[in-house]
Amino acid sequence: MNVVVCVKQIPDPADPGALDPTTKTLKRDGKLILDESDSYGVEMALQLVTTAGGGEVTLVSMAPNGEVSGLRTALAMGAAKAILVSDGALAGSDALTTAKVLAKAIQRVEGADLVLTATESSDGYTGTVPEQIAGLLDLPSVTFAKSISVEGSTVKIQRQTEAGYDDVECPLPALVSVTAGVVEPRYPSFKGIMAAKSKPVDTLTVADLGLDASQVGWAGAGQQIVSIAQAPAREAGEVFEDDGTAVEKIIAFLDDLKVL
Amino acid sequence: MALSKIWVLAEATDGKVTTTTLELLTKARSLADTVEAIYSGGDADAVAGQLGEYGASKVYTTGDLAGALPGVPVSGAIAALVDGGNAPDAIIAATSYYGRDISGRLSVKLDRTVITNNTDLEVDGSSLVTTEPVFGGTTDVKTTFTAAGPHLVLVRPKSFVAESAGGGAAAVETIAVPDGGKSAGAKVITRHVEEREGPSLDEAAVVVSGGRGLGEQEKYALIEELAKLLAAAPGASRAIVDAGWVPYSYQVGQTGKVVKPTVYIAAGISGATQHMVGMKGSKNIIAINKDAEAPIFAVSDLGIVGDVHKVLPQLIEALKAR
Repeated sequence: MNVVVCVKQIPDPADPGALDPTTKTLKRDGKLILDESDSYGVEMALQLVTTAGGGEVTLVSMAPNGEVSGLRTALAMGAAKAILVSDGALAGSDALTTAKVLAKAIQRVEGADLVLTATESSDGYTGTVPEQIAGLLDLPSVTFAKSISVEGSTVKIQRQTEAGYDDVECPLPALVSVTAGVVEPRYPSFKGIMAAKSKPVDTLTVADLGLDASQVGWAGAGQQIVSIAQAPAREAGEVFEDDGTAVEKIIAFLDDLKVL
Repeated sequence: MALSKIWVLAEATDGKVTTTTLELLTKARSLADTVEAIYSGGDADAVAGQLGEYGASKVYTTGDLAGALPGVPVSGAIAALVDGGNAPDAIIAATSYYGRDISGRLSVKLDRTVITNNTDLEVDGSSLVTTEPVFGGTTDVKTTFTAAGPHLVLVRPKSFVAESAGGGAAAVETIAVPDGGKSAGAKVITRHVEEREGPSLDEAAVVVSGGRGLGEQEKYALIEELAKLLAAAPGASRAIVDAGWVPYSYQVGQTGKVVKPTVYIAAGISGATQHMVGMKGSKNIIAINKDAEAPIFAVSDLGIVGDVHKVLPQLIEALKAR
């Protein structure tokens, strides 16, 4: 069983993000880390390979400046190798272009049975890339998986829905997007971290994928930012240390609003 | 200047069109001369009345999808309709599972970008301009399309107020679903509905949500008890949904429900961006959290720096005594 996991390397969410007012792209000058949302797909992939008794996990990522620190984290968890697409021409790429680049990279992995992604990244939140990749690769797809198992050439999924969940079956090869509830990611072991340093990361440019620079980045984006403005802020009200009167205050507040 | 035509991806549950769909129809009719709906379900005749009332002159229906997930068949049917020379200026859907799956597939079929998570739409000259809040809603980014239409747009629930246009029932037209080939392989075998108690998150005047600060799953009972006393809907942060304490249908936030109740009570929720996006539109916010530095206090009208394990039981007792 060979599984490809799409992983994004993002600025640390603990540091407030900012848009560069000139280029209108997210400032990504600090160190990038593995998007936590992607650690679930990596773990799920590792467990599926173990259960199948053979195969390997390949990571696919697109990031500026040849960034690999997030990939090393996922390699330390146990992924075998990675493909990184990094090219200055990719700055400003929209979600569809991102999907085109990732789909081209996935096609270079031989014998992939399953492609896993998160449901959306923690920084951009577009949430359409999984279905776009599936569409480009002409794969069946199941989104928002909360559990995954493989039986023969069928993947069985519990798919989260607004009302509960659906049991879904899908023939392999397929693409599945996973929620954070799908599995508990492991922490990389010291041995894993050491081993990750020598695992292969194949770094590719846009040209290596057979794409033209004019099809990607700002040039290929079907959208353009026209303005960035501070949103009207919500004013903070009163904050009290609970000195035993918290309940009184809450009840008085609710009484004023006539919701009791 | 208005656009000439907009399609809205309509969603319905048990024959009732979702509020979000009605919000989108309301906005669409202020932006375009003609608004039509796309629907996938066996009951298009039943929902045509509501869709027409809110401004759709026509509803194109694929009919029942017979257990297929919607992305492949519905996007295929829409792409065929567009290729047939019937293209609208824009195709608008909710930022829902349904809207995301179909728009993602459709974007590949039409080779058009999708702009997601929008909270406002306007027409500037002949261009459609979208507004997307980023960084937890502190910054608004306006974006326009550089390529030809149809423009694909996803809009967050509760971005607009639904208002009836008093229109008659939409005309129903069945559209063909092209064979999706191997991409259409996923099939729903069984559907499971997880019952939830009390009013729905969408409609409740009061919402009481719990987060990781509750400490353990069993303590969520405090949220449910308080919600019951206030005739409120119980909600949750993503953290405790992911942890399996409560079902996804309880989740408030960017990837869950967007709520705008009269009062929102956040107990043991620190206020991650993910959560704030779903609740900061509430008219009044009460936060209870033991960390005085928690971001939730920056948006709360009444903030209590205290232990939810003390404050919630006391509040429940006091309400019971009234």
